[in-house]
Amino acid sequence: MSRSLKALAILLALAAMPALAQDKPKRFGFGTAATAEQIAGWNIDVRGPDGAGLPPGKGNVAAGEELYMAQCSACHGEFGEGAGRYPELIGGRGTLKSDDPRKTIDSYWPHGPGLYDYIFRAMPFGAPQSLSHDEVYSIVAWLLNQGDLWPADKELDAAALRAIKLPNRDGFIAGGDPRPDVKPDTCMTNCRKAPPKITSDLAARLGVTPSQKAAD
Amino acid sequence: MTSPNDPSRRRFLTSSAIGGLTLVAGAGVGEAMAAGDDNLPPNVPEWMKTLGPGVTANPYGNPSAYEKNTIRRNVPWLTATEESSINFTPLHELDGIITPSGLCFERHHGGVPDIDPEQHRLMIHGLVDRPLIFTMADLMRFPSVSRIHFLECPANGGMEWKGAQMAGVQFSHGMVHCCEWTGVKLSTLLAEVGVKKSAKWILAEGADAAAMTRSIPLAKAMDDIIVCYSQNGERIRPENGYPLRLLVPGWEGNVNIKWLRRIKVGDQPWHHREETSKYTDLMPDGKARQFTFVQEANSVITSPCPEKPLKHGKGFYEIRGIAWSGYGRIKKVDISTDGGMNWRSAELQGPVLSRCLTRFRLPLQWDGRPLLLQSRAADDSGYVQPSIEALRKVRGFNSIYHKNSIHTWRVRPDGEVENVQIA
Repeated sequence: MSRSLKALAILLALAAMPALAQDKPKRFGFGTAATAEQIAGWNIDVRGPDGAGLPPGKGNVAAGEELYMAQCSACHGEFGEGAGRYPELIGGRGTLKSDDPRKTIDSYWPHGPGLYDYIFRAMPFGAPQSLSHDEVYSIVAWLLNQGDLWPADKELDAAALRAIKLPNRDGFIAGGDPRPDVKPDTCMTNCRKAPPKITSDLAARLGVTPSQKAAD
Repeated sequence: MTSPNDPSRRRFLTSSAIGGLTLVAGAGVGEAMAAGDDNLPPNVPEWMKTLGPGVTANPYGNPSAYEKNTIRRNVPWLTATEESSINFTPLHELDGIITPSGLCFERHHGGVPDIDPEQHRLMIHGLVDRPLIFTMADLMRFPSVSRIHFLECPANGGMEWKGAQMAGVQFSHGMVHCCEWTGVKLSTLLAEVGVKKSAKWILAEGADAAAMTRSIPLAKAMDDIIVCYSQNGERIRPENGYPLRLLVPGWEGNVNIKWLRRIKVGDQPWHHREETSKYTDLMPDGKARQFTFVQEANSVITSPCPEKPLKHGKGFYEIRGIAWSGYGRIKKVDISTDGGMNWRSAELQGPVLSRCLTRFRLPLQWDGRPLLLQSRAADDSGYVQPSIEALRKVRGFNSIYHKNSIHTWRVRPDGEVENVQIA
């Protein structure tokens, strides 16, 4: 076979092989277009700072109280003070610098619309996404009223919720993650000025560690 | 029901006949055999005298019945419910760097959803050219990638900010696991939908009863995030996100959204509950850090530890432990037996991978004197695991999350090991 015929034979052989993609395509064409209706059903997020995504609707403190007592108070207490180990929702303003900081809606949460987002997506515990928009606005109104952040006789809607400034709005440090925030110490020998002093050794006696025997 | 010819039944009968053991109803075979010297030299062990179960007995295998203590455990007083709670990896029972899927710690906010993969969908929308919905089959057609990464809850060790509290490494450090994860890179999916120029963040949302959400910078999404369908070679376990989850290498566990159903592309973070009320680090001045994603270098000695005391008196022991860093590869682990006065570098077991558990070892000739055992990890970014004092000096006592300080075990003359803190 001449050299050119050989080359031609190789080319033909290659052409008969299934195509192996040398490069991945930029797009694969997998998946199907999401329709506006499909998106609307799942697009439940509400953005904290500007309330983007807040749905139409309105609520009030009186309706919120009725809903809260029926659906929330068993865990969160009748005044939002929390029951057992369930979280308190209201109170503790001014405690963030203390030895026992309490993180609640009026002491720690930065954004009103974030309340809407969380209550609608995750509450009541065990029956999420069961509240109507009006019901969520009412519960938010009641909670804000408990924290002296919303009057008892005023309707709460998207615009009003956007306009509310929660007490700890400016309590979060802007500018991203400041870490690493501790200087590396790589000392290998004679690293301590004084012998180590035990500062805490209660773990073995506290009795808060669960048994590590298998449950039979 | 067992038939008279069932090998396990025969083994029971033989064992009681020969060993004269009383079989308690419900007791395992192992317990019945544990007593006595019947199976020790020079005797022929029981299990050599009869056939064991055949290949159809365990279509999906389980650990030996003798390993029933190697289990996840929770701390009942920690949370109000078991559905919004956490359990802990039994680090003291594990070797190597891969956590068996069934032992990976669990953190749920609304329990484990029971998801039919045929009915599961991932929707990607927002600031994109083509909002798309993917089936599981769609996602598996894309080019795939496998990576071994640790995943750690940022509250790991969080019970110890104010003092040593948990008498066991399972509870002091067990909110970490390390698996091989397989899936499609999120950047591949984002290219498929076409991200608009104004996009800067994504919101990931789970299909659980908490519809868990977290905001993640787009740069990380385009870098190394994997949309995973497999864990340690098989489909992800339900409690770890079946059928689909995010794996965000090196970043706090909470952003690794499980049961992933939706990604929305946006131009700013959402400031949702899990990134404001929770998973923010409260500083002594009352201000809180937010979006502190990276899990900085951490390490712990898993043997000895309170669960694994030095039981054999003076002599040789191997100190064993694990180190990991969300910044990159573990470069060095130093061990101190005298509370940080002097340090020796441990041997690192390869492969040493980025954002992955690394196993370390150091021989110890124990003379029976008390020890203050510590490990200190350093990574290839130059970061060195700090002391609890150094960490508290900057962050105080109430930041809950990201406590990665050098841990201290006190070894007593009787070999028992206690969780202590030193200054």
